[in-house]
Amino acid sequence: MLKTVIPFGPQHPVLPEPLHLKLTVEDEVITEAIPALGFVHRGLEMLANIRDFKQMTQVVERVCGICSMIHAMCYCQGIEAIMGIEVPRRATFLRTIWSELNRMHSHLLWLGLFADSFGFESLFMQLWKIREKVLDLNEATAGNRIIVSVNVIGGVRRDLAPEQISWMLAELAEVEQEINRLGSTLLTDYTVKKRTAGKGVITKDKAFELGLAGPTLRASGVCQDMRMLGYAAFDQLDFEPVVETGGDCYARSKVRFREVLQSIDLIRQALSRIDQSEIRTKVKGRPQGETVCRVEQPRGELFYYIKADGTKNLERLRIRTPTFANIPALLSILPGMWLSDVPVAVLSIDPCISCTER
Amino acid sequence: MFKKLIQKARVKSPWLLHYDCSSCNGCDIEVLACLTPVYDIERFGIINVGNPMHADLLLVTGTVNYRNRKVLLNLHDQMPDPKLVVAIGSCALSGGIFREAYNVIGGVDKVIPVDVYVPGCPAKPEAIIDGVTLGLNVFTRSKEGRKTHAR
Amino acid sequence: MRDEVISVDPDNLVGAVAKIKVEGYRFVTLSCMQGDENMVVVLYHFDKDLVLKHLRVSVPADRALPSITPVYFAAFLVENEIQDLFGLRFSGLAVDYERTLYLEGDVKVTPFCRYTVAKMNADKAKMLSASADLPGTGGS
Repeated sequence: MLKTVIPFGPQHPVLPEPLHLKLTVEDEVITEAIPALGFVHRGLEMLANIRDFKQMTQVVERVCGICSMIHAMCYCQGIEAIMGIEVPRRATFLRTIWSELNRMHSHLLWLGLFADSFGFESLFMQLWKIREKVLDLNEATAGNRIIVSVNVIGGVRRDLAPEQISWMLAELAEVEQEINRLGSTLLTDYTVKKRTAGKGVITKDKAFELGLAGPTLRASGVCQDMRMLGYAAFDQLDFEPVVETGGDCYARSKVRFREVLQSIDLIRQALSRIDQSEIRTKVKGRPQGETVCRVEQPRGELFYYIKADGTKNLERLRIRTPTFANIPALLSILPGMWLSDVPVAVLSIDPCISCTER
Repeated sequence: MFKKLIQKARVKSPWLLHYDCSSCNGCDIEVLACLTPVYDIERFGIINVGNPMHADLLLVTGTVNYRNRKVLLNLHDQMPDPKLVVAIGSCALSGGIFREAYNVIGGVDKVIPVDVYVPGCPAKPEAIIDGVTLGLNVFTRSKEGRKTHAR
Repeated sequence: MRDEVISVDPDNLVGAVAKIKVEGYRFVTLSCMQGDENMVVVLYHFDKDLVLKHLRVSVPADRALPSITPVYFAAFLVENEIQDLFGLRFSGLAVDYERTLYLEGDVKVTPFCRYTVAKMNADKAKMLSASADLPGTGGS
């Protein structure tokens, strides 16, 4: 049989981002996949030597535009842990609310792109229509659609007014209703199942061994969610991680779909339990010491290692993003698949290349 | 007369190619949001295509780095004339917040000529649509009237 | 750091990692940073039931570190990244990109490494043939 090497990307219609895969193909079946990175590498970790530790909040937000709020939250939590800053209670709740809004818009974006990858364009359009409502919520409460810049070291920048809270609850109810309506299509439709069920299976042991993170790991039946650590206000909310056991593309989309509904529930809980207090504490001095900070991003476990030496610049800032951990999954599921299933399989791990390469 | 017809068609229905240099994804998803129901750039006859040889419009987001500059040049060379390049977001204009990073060359205009600059971090969908429609005027101008850019 | 940090000798590294795997830990990542006097410090992070465990290894920048990819295959990406950015070599890598994971082949500088000695020794032949130019100075 003839062996061919097919380059997938960096400019590919199904991917908004430049991911490059070298696929070795035998007839129409893939035998080997090697990822090539570096198209989005900017060298962001090095900027910690140029910008001071407060300015870095704005830089880490731009590691990834989709989950920017959560990056900044993780960084601030890390610095706060080093400096021993107590964040006001209301600020932790506000961070929780915005991070869950961020997760909702990211998952809706992914579900839309996923539908697009197997050619279901009307579902893509419908999901993105709902996503615009979530972005409106972001814009009305935080001031921007995507990169919200609400986090500062020691708290948050903006507060919610009481009338905004009631408006948010009304909007969320509407969003929930629309998502549930689409859910029956997304989860039970014959075409969707045909393209996703049984494709790219990762078993529980394999997922654990490859060190996967987030929905990709939870879809294989491993119960691991960094929100169980109880950072921000998650320790005061009722929370149960979403776990599926299928391990295929269908299970991964199901996990993400259920997490959208879970996020709505968490925002409701947070809005009902939020109380009046300051939203920001003053920060004095400079950080000294090292710490590891982990939070749950839409794509999985986000890992920051921060080392500070008492000057205004950090000595080392290391960012490990969930897609970086999930790329080995691609290498394990692609061999043996049909070439036409590659877009579905690649998207099923929710690749975020600008996160991966920083 | 035939020339005029083609020119008119180009303005009424330009086809779009989107390439993400090393952007943070913020502008990319805003470009995608333009194509979806709320903003719906297709009402201007704009269609997102994957093949550079079909495209009249190149939307570039993000800074250029040492690896993707070749890809960007390639895509730009493959597009038929006349072509329009729209740089979206602060990074694409000047390097933005990443300008001091070691793997960043700078704005898109260091590699290919740019016709329209859309600022913002990330640029709003309204601004992107505004930039694109502004750029369409380039097609109505004659070839001599266009700005000449040094590569 | 509040979690457990164990210092390990480079020669015993693979054995220590294999032991951690048997204990049921999940591989998280490596962090690399400059130590004192031409030393590179590598931290190995592992996770089990939301509790982290770290291994700390100090190694001279011009000495190769044994790769842990035979134990945890997932480490190949991050080890390649460190090869790119710090100039530290890993021996026995499962997939070796030869320092072209992030940076182009014609870029001959390791951005995070203040000491270029290690790079010189490893790539002496290549260095002599190609002219070294520093990325980043041409931009902005």
